[in-house]
Amino acid sequence: MTPIEPADYGPLAAILAMAVATYAMRAGGFWLMTHVPLTRRVRRMLAALPGSIIAATVLPIIVGSGLVAMLAIVTAALVMVVRRNDFLAVVAGMSVAAGLRAAGL
Amino acid sequence: MNPNDRPDRPLWSRADLEYGVRLALPVLPGLTAFGLAVGAAATAKGVSLLNSILMNVLVFAGASQLVALEVWPQRFTLGAIAGLAVVVATVNARILLITASLQPSFRGLPAWQVYPLLHITTDPAWLITMRAQREGGSPVSIFLGASVTFLAVWMAASTAGYLFGALTGDPHRFGLDLVMPIFFAAMLVPLWQGARKAFPWFAAGAVAVAVQQLFGGWYFVVAGAVAGCVFAGFTDDSD
Repeated sequence: MTPIEPADYGPLAAILAMAVATYAMRAGGFWLMTHVPLTRRVRRMLAALPGSIIAATVLPIIVGSGLVAMLAIVTAALVMVVRRNDFLAVVAGMSVAAGLRAAGL
Repeated sequence: MNPNDRPDRPLWSRADLEYGVRLALPVLPGLTAFGLAVGAAATAKGVSLLNSILMNVLVFAGASQLVALEVWPQRFTLGAIAGLAVVVATVNARILLITASLQPSFRGLPAWQVYPLLHITTDPAWLITMRAQREGGSPVSIFLGASVTFLAVWMAASTAGYLFGALTGDPHRFGLDLVMPIFFAAMLVPLWQGARKAFPWFAAGAVAVAVQQLFGGWYFVVAGAVAGCVFAGFTDDSD
């Protein structure tokens, strides 16, 4: 039986460090807000967050990936406006992306 | 007193738990493709199966795992380990804002339930919860239903990806790489409450694009989101 080198625990230690760093974010935001009074201003800020994170995620992707991404994302949003159905919106968006790419765009 | 502060709806309801599972379904094809890719990346870097499973269940934040695996070191010095933790914390910094915004919805829950529950926070589960509670659902039940669904599918997909490689062929061809932004954009529609309330979103989008173009890296989501929040906080919509 070969002795266990200390280095064998390296990847495990890295994974644990990554887990702690991630959980600190997950627990940290919630914990901070237990110490912040929910004034009208804070409520307004929190209410703006979902849309802000979506815009901050999606817009750079559109800018970076170009026409296919833009058309797929706009299609999904339009389907959502008309039908209010998440599933249909995602399927429509992916179909547009797959179709345009099959067409060589 | 704000009406949202009253626990007028039960925290736990079976119907809302199932509703959360149902709302999670459109995300599953994209999540599966993503999980396969992260599993395959772990194999490629020589991570053991046990360590790969541990990473997926303990970190459970795919984008940050993919970035960490890209820079996965061969020698695990203290510096290398700290570096990985910093990279992961950077990519996941947006989750700080996400769980901050969940706090008003989860405040009825005792700490011993809420802190374990927060571990399975993901962007899509959060968006599903925000949207569904606006329509009158129980946020805690919907969040749990969607999050557990995501965790189960994530573990299955990432383990399959580790064992068999990315089976899907080219995810690009089927538009799978765009599923998350497509789902996000669709979620924007039920959040829409008129152009005035959407001004912060434009601020967020503009700042995110600018930060990404100027600096690259992974700070653009947080930078944009903070910009949107600050904009909302310091413009009075006096409704």
